[in-house]
Amino acid sequence: MKYMLLIYSAEECWTEETRKECMLASMSICDELAKQGKFIDSSPLHSVSTATSVRVRDGKRLVTDGPFAETTEQLGGYYIIEADDLDEAISIAGQLPPAKKGTVEIRPLFPLPDRAEPT
Amino acid sequence: MQDMSQFVGRIFQSESRRVLSTLIRILGDFDLAEEAMQEAFATAAKDWKGKGVPNDPVAWLVSTGKFRAIDLLRRESRFRDLRPELALRVAEITAHNAKLSEREIEDDQLRLIFTCCHPAIDPKIQVPLTLREVCGLTTEEIADAFLTSPATMAQRIVRGKTKIRNAGIPYIVPSLGELPERLESVLAVIYLVFNEGYSASAGNSLTRVELSSEAIRLGKLVRKLLPHPEVLGLLALMLLHESRRNARVDENGDLVLLEDQDRTIWDEELIREGQNLLQHALSSGRFGIYTIQAAISAVHSEASDASETDWRQICSLYDVLLQIDSSPVVELNRAVALAMRDGPEVGLKIVNEILDRGELASYHLAHAAQGELLRRLGDVLQAEKAFERALSLAKQDSERRFLAKRLSALQQGSDA
Repeated sequence: MKYMLLIYSAEECWTEETRKECMLASMSICDELAKQGKFIDSSPLHSVSTATSVRVRDGKRLVTDGPFAETTEQLGGYYIIEADDLDEAISIAGQLPPAKKGTVEIRPLFPLPDRAEPT
Repeated sequence: MQDMSQFVGRIFQSESRRVLSTLIRILGDFDLAEEAMQEAFATAAKDWKGKGVPNDPVAWLVSTGKFRAIDLLRRESRFRDLRPELALRVAEITAHNAKLSEREIEDDQLRLIFTCCHPAIDPKIQVPLTLREVCGLTTEEIADAFLTSPATMAQRIVRGKTKIRNAGIPYIVPSLGELPERLESVLAVIYLVFNEGYSASAGNSLTRVELSSEAIRLGKLVRKLLPHPEVLGLLALMLLHESRRNARVDENGDLVLLEDQDRTIWDEELIREGQNLLQHALSSGRFGIYTIQAAISAVHSEASDASETDWRQICSLYDVLLQIDSSPVVELNRAVALAMRDGPEVGLKIVNEILDRGELASYHLAHAAQGELLRRLGDVLQAEKAFERALSLAKQDSERRFLAKRLSALQQGSDA
């Protein structure tokens, strides 16, 4: 099964240095996962201050600054992994450095039925 | 044989959960397994009349359930699109797995319990899901016991099963490394079920008793499959509580405090069973919070009346408990025990500190304990105030009646 691990944390809890440490630790975990064939994709995200929200209502497009909801913990990055089951996903999530500061939300990817190759 | 449908009914009562848990493992789908199990029993009622009862009815039911599941998958076109591989897998498994060992079926029951109590499932859902899938209670019975509508309960159970399927919660007994954390959640569910049947006073009292005996039955099942010391400890704790069921409520349905209970009507047999289990748990040296609470309860069981209680032993058990579980409720209970050993002023000092920290400010029993200790110290005015706060926070009818009685006794005492 494929799972997305969404990393939420308060942005101000990171210093330049701890952020760098976190990235390095995350990269080595990604390498390890890749060796086991469990890595699909991962990336940190720019600060939530760079976020833009788009909504279309009654055919009209609304573009606003910032995230949809104001919360103390913001989405700061993601991983997409291949795991046997939720227990394996939980065990991987528990090794991620941001789990110590924020929250890792585990979401199973909804598998779409195979689509025919475009001709 | 005319009694065949009754006979199958009895087999259903005793074995349906074992058949279901194995079918869930093989089919990997709760709803499909449930349907296949129902059909297997329907087939049994027809077939056994003519052909006689098979040697191993459970294995026969599992195998028939597997064939029925294949039929069901073929019939339902929605599965043809989504899960052709499932039908194939079932067919393969059926081919090689003609007969199941007893041990395998027992392991499946344990898998089912761990799956329903997986910490990724909302605790509010773990309890009804376990009662439905592991104990086989109907949705209506569970709804009745928890005073909600069957529709709400059905929704919770569906949410639980959907989570298991879509989140990929595995159908396994956890590995040794994960066992303590996972067992904790199983034991918490069992104890919640027990307490729902033991403490809550609202609702149909018969259903309530059934919830407690269901929890004890679950505890015994887990103990048989996984005799971990804490499982024994929890079972001992439940049996010791259960031994006092008839004494803890008077003829008007009002609560009777432990110290005022008629100890001659405590159930001796349950006490002995609880004490035996407790000894086993303690001798392992690897016990936890349930075993210690059972030990505290056992000290009460040993005293022929309240004044004989060995409060020194109870206090030292609370000290150990507080080291493992430093919750304010444990702190409060320890303070009450200390008051019995060292005098009310010692207990009151700690209760006041806990309340001042604000942690238990909205917990009615903390204010009731404060009121009781103030009363013993002769401070009637402050005691009344504490009991009034407790009364305004209490929600259960029998607890409210108890506190109101306590309060009016105080007021009458102070008038005189």
